[in-house]
Amino acid sequence: MENPRYWRLKKQRYGLVGEVCPHCNSKIFPPRDVCPECGSEARTEYAFSGKGKVYSYTVMRDAPAGYEQNAPYTVAIVALDEGPMVTAQLTDLGEEPVQIGMPVEMVTRKLREDVEKKGILVYGYKFRPVMQG
Amino acid sequence: MSDIVIAGIGQIPVGEHYTIGLREMGVRALTAALHDCDDLKPDALYIGNLLSSMISHQSNLGALFTDYGRLDGVEAYTTEAAGASGAAALHQAYMAIRSGFVDTVAVLGVEKWSDLVRSEAEAAIMQEMDYDYESIPGLTSTGQAGLIMQRYLYEHDLPSDALNGFAILAHTNGRNNPYGLFKNLISSESYARTAMLSDPFNMYDGATYADGAAALILTRRELLPENFPHPIISITGSAASSDSLSWHDRHEPMAFTAAARAVSEAARQAGTLPGQVSLFELDDSFSIYAALTLEACGLADRGKAWQMARDGEFAINGRLPIMTMGGCLARGNPIGAKGVYQVVEAVTQLRGAAGASQVPNARTALILALGGPASSAIAHVLERE
Repeated sequence: MENPRYWRLKKQRYGLVGEVCPHCNSKIFPPRDVCPECGSEARTEYAFSGKGKVYSYTVMRDAPAGYEQNAPYTVAIVALDEGPMVTAQLTDLGEEPVQIGMPVEMVTRKLREDVEKKGILVYGYKFRPVMQG
Repeated sequence: MSDIVIAGIGQIPVGEHYTIGLREMGVRALTAALHDCDDLKPDALYIGNLLSSMISHQSNLGALFTDYGRLDGVEAYTTEAAGASGAAALHQAYMAIRSGFVDTVAVLGVEKWSDLVRSEAEAAIMQEMDYDYESIPGLTSTGQAGLIMQRYLYEHDLPSDALNGFAILAHTNGRNNPYGLFKNLISSESYARTAMLSDPFNMYDGATYADGAAALILTRRELLPENFPHPIISITGSAASSDSLSWHDRHEPMAFTAAARAVSEAARQAGTLPGQVSLFELDDSFSIYAALTLEACGLADRGKAWQMARDGEFAINGRLPIMTMGGCLARGNPIGAKGVYQVVEAVTQLRGAAGASQVPNARTALILALGGPASSAIAHVLERE
């Protein structure tokens, strides 16, 4: 398991930290240091609110190695309120069916089992339906 | 008319080849292609492959296949563009000959898939997506196609079986392909009964990944042997384009812009239009890819390709035949070899050797291979003299 890789991405995985472009104010996730909108350098960190809406979703029934324990699980494209879209699992789904446009919010959950038996679980962002009331 | 021709084609059946490995598969296809062109001598070998380092624990395929394929000493290496790897190898071969550096090139697409259990193989092919931001959340390529299909159905207010015309057509055309994986017909009823893989995406909406190897021999027209036994098929267009690696990073996620760019550029080089070719071997790794490709290339209105597929517009005797030998959906998807199989099938059509799947009077073929959801797109146009 690639320890530096998971350490390096901890701000993104645990805090949904991207960047904001100091030139055109576009919000960027994941960070890429060059603004995809205006092409300028953009290295200013920006923590996203974690709020967004479901753009699309699917139910994963044929899970890859490391993810079988949760199968079937729902993966969505979430359009964050600040603009960018992210791919993430949905969690804490009750009886209510998932729908495109449904408001969701970020939570931190275990993403992957210790598939290589090296004692490392991967945690990161998932999204759950926004609690009503 | 270009002076670069496809002189030889070779392929092995797509399937689960438990008794032979990566090297035997590749050598068989290569040998068949060399035999098909009366043993022209290649100056170079370009290989399309995605997963050999993961599944077969084997890299440096150039050395492997020149050694085992008895092409001693020629330049050889792999090109990788996910599912468009085989098409990338062909594009590379075309550019190498046009540049003047070489005269005759072998192109080999080869993929060994069946050595791993399903979940491990799925974990391997996940790396064609954005590993940190798409794969780690637990998405696979099949799941991604489910996301895209869900959005398509939503935007156009369609029922979950709207795309069934593609799978039904592929299986109709694939019945007569001796190198294909599936020979069975399917109906809208059997489509409706099949298991969900990644809702709303069912088993017939995605091509089955499988082992495969296919090869081409390209050369200059003037180097063809006397009494060359086949109709002469030349490459008149070759173009590649790219788009965001992550599907979620697209401004217009349903646009398949790279597919449109590669196809229009290849057609422009060939002096034709995508709608004027005799057949279009598009990339139906997933039926939603076929629909979005047809719409991106202006061959169907947005949200209408599924209806045209149901209406028979893309059948062998339709307005624009696609997936003529069964496409990926019936032939199977040998991933990095896919783009070479598509060309072998198109050449078979243009030679008039496609048997019961023959497109009448086929003169020109458009071919498109995609890596991911049109993250990479490589198009070719072939023409029969």
